[in-house]
Amino acid sequence: MATDHFHFPETKKAPSRFRNALGKYRITITRACTNCGLCLDLCPYGVYQAGSKRPKASCDHLCIGPSCSKNEFYCVNRCPEKAIHIRSNPSFEVLGDRRWPAELLAGTWHMAETGTTPHQDLNYKTGNSGGGFDKIRFIFPGKNGNGKPGTGEDISTAIELNRSGDSRPRVTIPLPLYLGGMSFGSVSIVTMLSRVRAAVALGTFCCTGEGGYPEELMPYDDHIITQVATGLFGVREETIKRVRIVEFKYAQGAKPGLGGHLLGDKVTPRVAQMREAVPGSALFSPFPFHSVYSVEDHKKHVDWIKETNQKALVSVKVSTPTDVDMVAVGSYYAGAHIVQLDGSYGGTGAAPDIAKKNIAMPIEYALPKVHKFLLAEGIRDKITIIASGGIRSAYDMAKIIAMGADGVCLGTADLVALECIRCHHCESGRGCARGIATTDEELTNLMELEWGTQRIINMYTAWRTQLVGILKRLGMKSVAELVGRFDVIAHMDYMKKEEIEGELD
Amino acid sequence: MPPKYHIATSQASNRFQKITRSGIIAWEEGCLKCARCVKKDCVYQVYEKRNLDGRQMLDSIDSVCMDCFRCVQNCPNRLIHKGLNPSYKVIGDHYWTPEIISNLWFQAESGRIPVSGAGYGGPFSGPGFDAMWTDMSEIVRPTRDGIHGREYISTTVDIGRKIMALELGPDGEVLSPAPPLVELPLPVIFDMLPWSPPGDNIPLAFLRSAKALGTFAIVRQTGLNPAIKGFLSNIIIYVDGNPDDLDTQFLRSARIIEIPGGEDPIALQRRFKSINPDLVVIIRLRLGPKTAEQVLALVAQGAEAIHCVADEYGLEEGSNPLFIKERMKEIHLHLVDKGVRDQITLIGGGGVAMAEHMAKLIICGADALSIDIPLLVAMECRVCRRCKEGIACPVELESVDPQWGSVRITNLMAGWHSQILEILGAMGMREVRRLRGEMGRAMFFEDLEREIFSTMGKRG
Repeated sequence: MATDHFHFPETKKAPSRFRNALGKYRITITRACTNCGLCLDLCPYGVYQAGSKRPKASCDHLCIGPSCSKNEFYCVNRCPEKAIHIRSNPSFEVLGDRRWPAELLAGTWHMAETGTTPHQDLNYKTGNSGGGFDKIRFIFPGKNGNGKPGTGEDISTAIELNRSGDSRPRVTIPLPLYLGGMSFGSVSIVTMLSRVRAAVALGTFCCTGEGGYPEELMPYDDHIITQVATGLFGVREETIKRVRIVEFKYAQGAKPGLGGHLLGDKVTPRVAQMREAVPGSALFSPFPFHSVYSVEDHKKHVDWIKETNQKALVSVKVSTPTDVDMVAVGSYYAGAHIVQLDGSYGGTGAAPDIAKKNIAMPIEYALPKVHKFLLAEGIRDKITIIASGGIRSAYDMAKIIAMGADGVCLGTADLVALECIRCHHCESGRGCARGIATTDEELTNLMELEWGTQRIINMYTAWRTQLVGILKRLGMKSVAELVGRFDVIAHMDYMKKEEIEGELD
Repeated sequence: MPPKYHIATSQASNRFQKITRSGIIAWEEGCLKCARCVKKDCVYQVYEKRNLDGRQMLDSIDSVCMDCFRCVQNCPNRLIHKGLNPSYKVIGDHYWTPEIISNLWFQAESGRIPVSGAGYGGPFSGPGFDAMWTDMSEIVRPTRDGIHGREYISTTVDIGRKIMALELGPDGEVLSPAPPLVELPLPVIFDMLPWSPPGDNIPLAFLRSAKALGTFAIVRQTGLNPAIKGFLSNIIIYVDGNPDDLDTQFLRSARIIEIPGGEDPIALQRRFKSINPDLVVIIRLRLGPKTAEQVLALVAQGAEAIHCVADEYGLEEGSNPLFIKERMKEIHLHLVDKGVRDQITLIGGGGVAMAEHMAKLIICGADALSIDIPLLVAMECRVCRRCKEGIACPVELESVDPQWGSVRITNLMAGWHSQILEILGAMGMREVRRLRGEMGRAMFFEDLEREIFSTMGKRG
């Protein structure tokens, strides 16, 4: 694929599927309103819609809040009847968590709705976790810095996934990202297809997760990564042969060192058929691979896939233990093209809280360790490192690339684009109340495929704009130049402001 | 194959309205009286199930709502909002946080471990136990089929002194005396409480649960009374009174006793052991900057087990107190350095609030640990500490039914047991004894930060 000339898909407006989008501010119009319509004319953000008695602030999630008061179009001041009131949305404080605070959620929803970077005063770059990405900033050269900013158009965001130099095809993706595995059964078919179709439109890949290859995915074979995980559910020679990338999942960040568990309720006849199991009975994916107890066994595994599909690239997905660097080297010598490090704070599937919080290390530590170790081994340029598990924004993506990754793999961000609010109750009752992670028919129908596809395309389009903006400010021509550039980022706990030459963002 | 250790659990409902994080605020004013109200569409049927608390002025706090926001987002006149429950925010304190307390309540009620989707949502790291992560192994480890098979992971620990080599006589007979050991199926004992409402019901609940679990509860000598005499085989008496007042008959049947570390504890240990050589004596020390030296000296004098106790926030004594995990590392490594670590049992306590703390304190060098406040929290305690001031307990703990209380505590311990199995399983370990002092199988915040983040932003 000639990615330098890749034609990125168009963004189209895809507003919230619920009546009231959730925003930072709430606007109320009192009875004093005479319906003169001035606010409709004034607001450049499209907050208001005409109404029979008075305008409706039906898009107040687009409002920029009290910071608008410096503008001459500030509706609150201009309203002749002083009928407009802006206040904080009281529900906002309940929304989200430390890693995905309300502002990051709302910012991401804005990108998914519009395809553009939020204009509201929303922090869409970091969360509020108090460490890792949330304490790391780019150091951009000052206005007269050394960078020679390009136009943005000539900046390449493409990465090559096969760096091994072997005879297998080169696989280039136009953005440094692909979409991670969420199995059919854990998410609805609409969610799954929305992600796959967005991956197709963006010229990248989407992984099936463990649980088989639904026939609905077959038109998109060239953009599918199929997963071979410890339960071997849905793995067939035929599915291995269909795809360009096959992924071994040794472990996952959501529950490092633990097996998978699909509750009986979620094993519908359809799920059971695909997994060659019995409907209604819970399915366990063991840990670890019972056929792999050494690096030699691992190589045998990789060889098996390579033999079955002579053209496929092999990716190895691992978690982040103390010896993650050795694991990565082992994967390389076993012949993997891609090693995916899945950090411990990410994941979408249900997992014991104790595992999510405590087992294995965050990606911000693991990735630099591996990058530096592979550099020292002299093999860094022969393997692609993909970071996942806790990448929430374009800024996280750019930061982890500066910390040594070639690209990233995403899951949660896609779900947020589909209006996941991170209530963490994916498993309760009939599954996700918002129709994302469920196989319940009624709940699944809460979402349409076209809408879901567009939301994900929109979000990553906005990410691309932000990534290009970052590269431009750093004076770089391609995302490949950013890999391992620890000098362009700083951690706020270890860098004094006065030590920094340039602008922090 | 040894018999599996299994903790029987059963649902034990709350006596009081649970304090949950968020509530629904619904205004009636401006309601359009839609033919199909969004409240009817609730996936969790919150509005039908609403279990309003008659004692509360407001009916807006709801314990069934799962925060899906669908009613908030679909009400045509936007009359429904979510709000943080103000009473939730003020539960406990900076250490015993609302999150920890509600997590303990959940386990005590259900006996299940907290599970949720959508990744981790908490802070990156934190003080104390939150500044470390435990290891996992990708491939080299014992087999483990999902949740099957994990019962074969042993959580047994021994309390007592160990001999390092056997001395044999000319005919091969064993000359070394074998010191007594007490086996605990779970590396946990129940400690005395820093504060508590009065009465026998709380200790009775502790003892019933200790018996069900096969472990022990520490009871003050001065608190011994006929009501708890039926549980003598699960009691560790803490000698806080005159040793002469202890009943010799009791001493002959007791398995473990705990004594203060004050003046010459070894003399007191000798005295008790002369009455009952099979008695294991634990010496209780208040954790402080000199504990490592103290422990080393006691080991040399023949101590069997030492219980190092921090305050309820996990802090030692002194003007610049260290957290228990740091001091425990130092004590452990000091004993390792002197080649005597394996002779003695180290028990840590104070500030142990969650299952993960148990695993982490063991990694930092403890063989076993003692817990206190979580046992009260299991019985709905809100860590308000009013009992300390002599004010009535808001959840009437003094009149708790010991049977119900013991089920709640046992449920909580079952949850902790399952969770330590998860940690051990992920690390590929078959028994908790191997976890002790395995600092190489953990990742510490300070080390990782120094290695990864401190060099960023430097040119050249």
